[in-house]
Amino acid sequence: MIQAIAFYLFAIIVIGSGAMTISSRNPVHSVMWLILAFFNAAGLMVLVGAEFIAMLLVIVYVGAVAVLFLFVVMMLDIEVAQLRAGIARYAALGLALAAGLLIEIVIGIKAWSAGTLQVSRRLAPTDTAVPNIQAMGQLLYTRYLFVFEAAGFVLLVAMIGAIVLTHRQRGGVRGQNISRQNARRPEDATRNVQPPVGQGVQL
Amino acid sequence: MTIGLIHYLVVAAILFTMGVLGIFLNRKNLIVILMAIELILLAVNLNLVAFSAYLHDLVGQIFAMFVLTVAAGEAAIGLAILVIYFRGRGTIAVDDVNRMKG
Repeated sequence: MIQAIAFYLFAIIVIGSGAMTISSRNPVHSVMWLILAFFNAAGLMVLVGAEFIAMLLVIVYVGAVAVLFLFVVMMLDIEVAQLRAGIARYAALGLALAAGLLIEIVIGIKAWSAGTLQVSRRLAPTDTAVPNIQAMGQLLYTRYLFVFEAAGFVLLVAMIGAIVLTHRQRGGVRGQNISRQNARRPEDATRNVQPPVGQGVQL
Repeated sequence: MTIGLIHYLVVAAILFTMGVLGIFLNRKNLIVILMAIELILLAVNLNLVAFSAYLHDLVGQIFAMFVLTVAAGEAAIGLAILVIYFRGRGTIAVDDVNRMKG
């Protein structure tokens, strides 16, 4: 009973906040709704016993991606009213397409649950005695080690790419040039002059 | 009443559809389109985890983790492209993106 209540709570909130994410007027509000959607999706995942993925979702999405979105939304100075123009032009097409997709997926689910397909050949059967995180670690660091390393490379390339894309050299700033400072000698920097009496020094 | 796999699949289907709808509704706002893509990937992850739990196979969760990795990289690169695009044009409307081609 408590499982059903929790499931419906999380499911309703995740769908509602998803709807608010795409229909909110202000992009900052959109990010906030997206965070709520991710939190509740993590709750849904906890309900089926996937604790590791749920915590990863909270840490990676709420902690990093959503903050990145928020940062970019606030960094760019966007006019909200201009962004909403022309929303009605695509609404009919978008709604029709979305309804078609939903019907297709529901038909697929119904056909799957009718029970003619057999999908019981398991690659890694769950061991109930081992906690979820431990079982995932055992799989990740043995059978899927190279894929795991490749995922690390994907993140590395993404990081380097983001830095290369957004980095820019600004002209007209006076930064410290340490090698030039160290290479400077006293005889280059100073000049001995003997001014005539009664006259100043021409600098 | 018990919560079965079908319930999870329906929630993920609705979330996926909502993400597709978001791409169509927000033609002027590239940031919300990126968020809609994140919603789509979330629905995919939900599907993978639900199948993994109900079929008692852990590989689905491993795959969901890799989807998460790619989604994080995609968000970083997408937002970086968005920032340099805004720096050059002063707008993030999708309709003007076709001016980027040669």
